[in-house]
Amino acid sequence: MVPLSYYLILSAILFTLGVAGFLFKRNIVTIFMSVELMLNAVNLTFVALSYSLRQLDGQIIVFFVMVIAAAEAAVGLAIIITVFRNRESLNVDRIDLMKL
Amino acid sequence: MFNLPLWLIPVLPLAGAAWNGLWGKRYTERAVAAIAVGAVALSFLLSVLAFAGLGGEPRIESYGAWIAAASFQANFNFYLDPLSSVMTLVVTGVGLLIHIYAAGYMTREGGYYRFFAYMNLFVFFMLTLVLAGNYLLLFVGWEGVGLCSYLLIGFYFRKNDAADAGKKAFLVNRIGDFGILIALILLYWTFDSLNFSQILPRAAELPVESDAVGPLTLICLLILMGATGKSAQVPLYVWLPDAMLGPTPVSALIHAATMVTAGVYIIARSGPLYVHAPDAMFAVALVGGVTALYAATIGVVQNDIKRVLAYSTISQIGYMVMACGVAAFSAAIFHLVTHAFFKALLFLGAGSVIHALGGEQDIRKMGGLRRSMPRTYWTFLAACLALSAVWPFSGFFSKDEILWEAYSSPYGGVGLWLLGLLTAGISSFYIFRLFLLTFYGLPKTAADAAPEPAGLEAAHSAYHLHESPPIMTWPLILLGMLSLAGGWMGSPFLFGGSDPWSRFIAPAFQLAVIPGEGAPAHSAQTEHLLMACSLLVSFAGLFLALLLYRWRPALADVLQARFRGAYQVVLNKYFVDEFYRFLFVRPLVIGSSEFLWKGMDMVAIDGTIHRAARRTGRVGDTLRRMQSGNVRSYAGWMVLGAVLLIGFLVMWTV
Repeated sequence: MVPLSYYLILSAILFTLGVAGFLFKRNIVTIFMSVELMLNAVNLTFVALSYSLRQLDGQIIVFFVMVIAAAEAAVGLAIIITVFRNRESLNVDRIDLMKL
Repeated sequence: MFNLPLWLIPVLPLAGAAWNGLWGKRYTERAVAAIAVGAVALSFLLSVLAFAGLGGEPRIESYGAWIAAASFQANFNFYLDPLSSVMTLVVTGVGLLIHIYAAGYMTREGGYYRFFAYMNLFVFFMLTLVLAGNYLLLFVGWEGVGLCSYLLIGFYFRKNDAADAGKKAFLVNRIGDFGILIALILLYWTFDSLNFSQILPRAAELPVESDAVGPLTLICLLILMGATGKSAQVPLYVWLPDAMLGPTPVSALIHAATMVTAGVYIIARSGPLYVHAPDAMFAVALVGGVTALYAATIGVVQNDIKRVLAYSTISQIGYMVMACGVAAFSAAIFHLVTHAFFKALLFLGAGSVIHALGGEQDIRKMGGLRRSMPRTYWTFLAACLALSAVWPFSGFFSKDEILWEAYSSPYGGVGLWLLGLLTAGISSFYIFRLFLLTFYGLPKTAADAAPEPAGLEAAHSAYHLHESPPIMTWPLILLGMLSLAGGWMGSPFLFGGSDPWSRFIAPAFQLAVIPGEGAPAHSAQTEHLLMACSLLVSFAGLFLALLLYRWRPALADVLQARFRGAYQVVLNKYFVDEFYRFLFVRPLVIGSSEFLWKGMDMVAIDGTIHRAARRTGRVGDTLRRMQSGNVRSYAGWMVLGAVLLIGFLVMWTV
């Protein structure tokens, strides 16, 4: 039996990695993947807690998160493709036309 | 036949005003004039019918509630008694003649339809004023004539001084109106009503406030304040001379038929209140007497033909107010009527002269118009004689009645009588000075221009002197006849007359008498003597004018040089305008521009708002830098926010 804390620590590490990738990567696809990583880190927490507390709520929420992540991925990828078609680049630092 | 509703009388001119004001621009001048004159003519006809149908009791018509708030009730009601009936006749009758005259005078002046819309509106408001059955409705008319005077005096609004004169008239009138408004509140407070039919009988039952100052005295003094504004009495008379900058028919309308008589009317209407407030009564008499003399002296030295007449109006209205002040209301209204005739005539005649001279108003530059303008000359002469109170012209009867009342009434005395007498002499002098300078002698400017006095013929051609067209002279002739004969309706018993005037008007003032306080008996001999005195004084003035301006013209200049200081003071109207400007206008202007404008408005109000806006802008300027457009910096802000939020929640819950 793996203790709960292991799951939580793993989840925290994954989340932090996600945040780090989100902040420091320039490639928009990588950033997108970092977001997925963060989502899944949270999912792991939910599942672990759900298991240890013997409650199903957490697992249900995980399904929701996965559905939303899928939808988000669809929209996000569509945006990324459009951006790439227009600018021939995936570097977020060069996508800054919306500023004042 | 006689039961036509009263509201038709004022509404007809209103309809004319509305029609001309809204659509007059599309019509020819002829059509506009026809509508305006027709409206007033019909109104005059109805006034005559109403006059003919007048019974012993005042006729009160109510057209429904206007304001009803708790116990306060004001209706649209009209009140026709001999007093208001006479007033409607004067307003519509003299107004009609002035309208006809103006139809000829105002051609090619521009704004023809606008002019007649205002004129009709003026008549409407004046009729509302005199027919109103309560003080509040009267006040509507009162304010309305103030508005119309503003519109008409400033008729040539492109001329700056005309526009200023309009504003001055309006503002000075507002000061008086303030008094009327307070008087209205006090009236309601005292009588729980504003209707004449309730207030006047109840006022007649109240005790006379001879010792203590009670509400009646206050009300009466406040009404007097309003009257000094509207009727151009000391100290609020200053607007009237400036009002001369309006078109001449307007001056005639304001001075003769409407507006300035409103003050006399309201005092006469409130007669039952006044006789119960002897202090206020004395104030009225004093204001009237002083104004009469004061304005007459200014009239002596003015050189603008219309200004002389303006001061003459102030002076004559002073007579009426003085008559009210000695409880001689009947005499006051009598003089109001005769004055309406001859003063309208004087103004219209002056307009005719100005017209002929192509806009010249300085009497020093006039002269010799007797031959070229015979109709104007003769009618003007009639008006001058009436103003000078020469028997048998109308002014004689009314002025003499006032002087007699001023002497014999329990409220009057020798002092007031002397004031009136002196004024009579001066009036006679200044009006004949005007008359002689205008119609006799040689045309001045032409004589200067031609080195060889070429006589009248040359002058005529130089000026294109001409008599005015018939549309302008017929009103003059009619008014001339009225000035000549109008006084006989009030011919006293002394001349074997039956004095129908007093018998007719008496019911209107039966409440304005303190029972048991009749006039002390004076013999017919005294009356004859006083009459002779006033005639003598009138002729003295006439003679002096003839001496100075016809027989010995050089003497006038000598006198002018001798009394240089006094002359300058009077010529500048005793510097009252300057005094007012120094005392009231300047502090107001400085106070408003330095404190209210530059202090309150610009620093306190605008400043606060500007500072708030600037501060917001600066904060926004700083925060704007967060919006770099760089996605990763947004991500950083988001992470920072999330960390702070989570950190805060953790700290909070632990």
